[in-house]
Amino acid sequence: MAVLPKQQEQWTRRKNARYLRLGLIYFVAVVLAAWFLFPIGWSLITSVKPASEINANPPTLLPAHLTAQNYTNLNKVGSGIVRYTSNSVLTALYTIVGTVLLSTLAGYGFARFGFQGKNVLFILVLAPLMIPFQAIMIPLFLVLRTLHLNNTLLGLAMVYITAQLPFGIFIMRNVFATVPRDIEEAALIDGCSPLRMLYRVMLPLVMPGIVTIGLFAFFNSWNELFAALIYLTDSDKYTLPLLLATARTNPGLFGGTNWGGLQASVTISMVPCLLIFIFLQRYYVSGLTGGAVK
Amino acid sequence: MATLSPTIERPKAHSTTTLSKQRAGLFFVLPSVLFMAVFFMVPAVMALWVSLHNWPLFGPHKFIGLTNYTNLLKDPQFWGSLGFTTFYAVIVTPPIFLLGFGMALLANSGLRGVRFFRTAFFLPNVISFGAVCLMWYFMLNDQIGIINVTLRRLSLLHSSLIWLANYNTAMFAIIILVVWKAAGGTMLLLLIGLQAIPHDLYQAASVDGADSWDQLRFITLPLLKRTFALALVLSVTGSYLAFDQFYILTQGGPQGRTITMVYWIVKNAFISFKVGYATAISMVLLLILVVLNAGQLYLLRDSE
Repeated sequence: MAVLPKQQEQWTRRKNARYLRLGLIYFVAVVLAAWFLFPIGWSLITSVKPASEINANPPTLLPAHLTAQNYTNLNKVGSGIVRYTSNSVLTALYTIVGTVLLSTLAGYGFARFGFQGKNVLFILVLAPLMIPFQAIMIPLFLVLRTLHLNNTLLGLAMVYITAQLPFGIFIMRNVFATVPRDIEEAALIDGCSPLRMLYRVMLPLVMPGIVTIGLFAFFNSWNELFAALIYLTDSDKYTLPLLLATARTNPGLFGGTNWGGLQASVTISMVPCLLIFIFLQRYYVSGLTGGAVK
Repeated sequence: MATLSPTIERPKAHSTTTLSKQRAGLFFVLPSVLFMAVFFMVPAVMALWVSLHNWPLFGPHKFIGLTNYTNLLKDPQFWGSLGFTTFYAVIVTPPIFLLGFGMALLANSGLRGVRFFRTAFFLPNVISFGAVCLMWYFMLNDQIGIINVTLRRLSLLHSSLIWLANYNTAMFAIIILVVWKAAGGTMLLLLIGLQAIPHDLYQAASVDGADSWDQLRFITLPLLKRTFALALVLSVTGSYLAFDQFYILTQGGPQGRTITMVYWIVKNAFISFKVGYATAISMVLLLILVVLNAGQLYLLRDSE
């Protein structure tokens, strides 16, 4: 039976409306993506442009000449960019190792053992989720000073670890709780000690959780400014965010306005985060869903 | 009697294994508890104590009772920073939420290439405020900054605009920057909430003749309430603790009009060395956050 022309007209109209809507959604998505990506790209591009192109009016959109000058010049800034970057790397490593180690142990303890005062201790370790660290930063400074940990990267990392622990323990407890108990029971019968069990049997099973908390520990230590500003006083101990903040508050450090150098240090600071997020984003999302990895 | 011995022995053996298990559990938890005690509980209790003292950064301190708190109430700069922080939180939250929600709907729509868009929207979230501020500081430059250059090209601006020198334009720039950085985080939280809503609900609704607007109103929004509450608490808390962007970009200016509470705490403690006074401000900030968060959770609670 032939389709009535009227009906066909209605179909095409509906189809057109759907395409129009889809086109509109795509348009909005593309505009938004451009808005989010442009500043990142502009920083990257500027970091490899010679000063003459950066300062031209209007500036060139894409560099006519590529240069690494902006990066090599950063060695002359303060104690040198290598120093600041290694400060950040070292602090991040301390933070990741400390957070993973402590959270894994505690997560296992809270998920699998019954001991006296367990609930009280669990509330105690989660308390900082409700009390922001900014509220105790100053007394914490006095504590660090008493322990001679102020103005050290290790002391700063300890603050970061403490800030990361509630999240880390919460995630690891959830992840341990999803491991079937039969696996442990079989190992227990073989006479496995709890620590050996954790190391040999459980560790491979909770690896996704460990990646997740390591990832958050990295981002939060690599990007943190406030505590670094308060606890680090020697400029050769500065981490990258502190260097970047100083570039603005004390432009003399970069030898006056040095746009190429500034954008090169922005790039050094952000590229590790961008790459790590792009490759490990499912672990990041799992951190927001309480530890479940899809 | 000999037949009884196994039944007596068995619970005994059982209790020793649970006992060793108990001790093991405490042993696993102890390092974290110790860390938390030294670097969190001690400073938290100290905070209350320090706030009752005239406590300079160096040298001896003196107990002064509630004087810091009464001085606080008379300090116009305290009220100024509280007012500004509140204003900032109120003005920055709606755009972050509107954009974040819109992007979450978009990222949940099953559009082709949705993974790319989701990643692009979220990327600024993983960059430090230090880097974000310097990135935008360059773009906002009055002479060669791409924003001014573009606006001049489009004849929307006749002369260069020095964005950060004027309160209104500085605030506008900072809000754009913060929305740029933070909207992706709200999107991701809301997206996770959206994906937890069972698909059958939408199918059933569309069989019953509900259009997409009805579905949004009667399914998505009510079921997203808890996620909204969480995202709102995180966002408002973050705004009340704002520091980096004002420290780096405006440095509290122009005319000291963009000093947030955290900024004001830092200034008191490490520039004026008034540690006791600064700690009293932190206690007030803490109280405000507790009240605000409790209020938001109460308003957005599940009705049943």
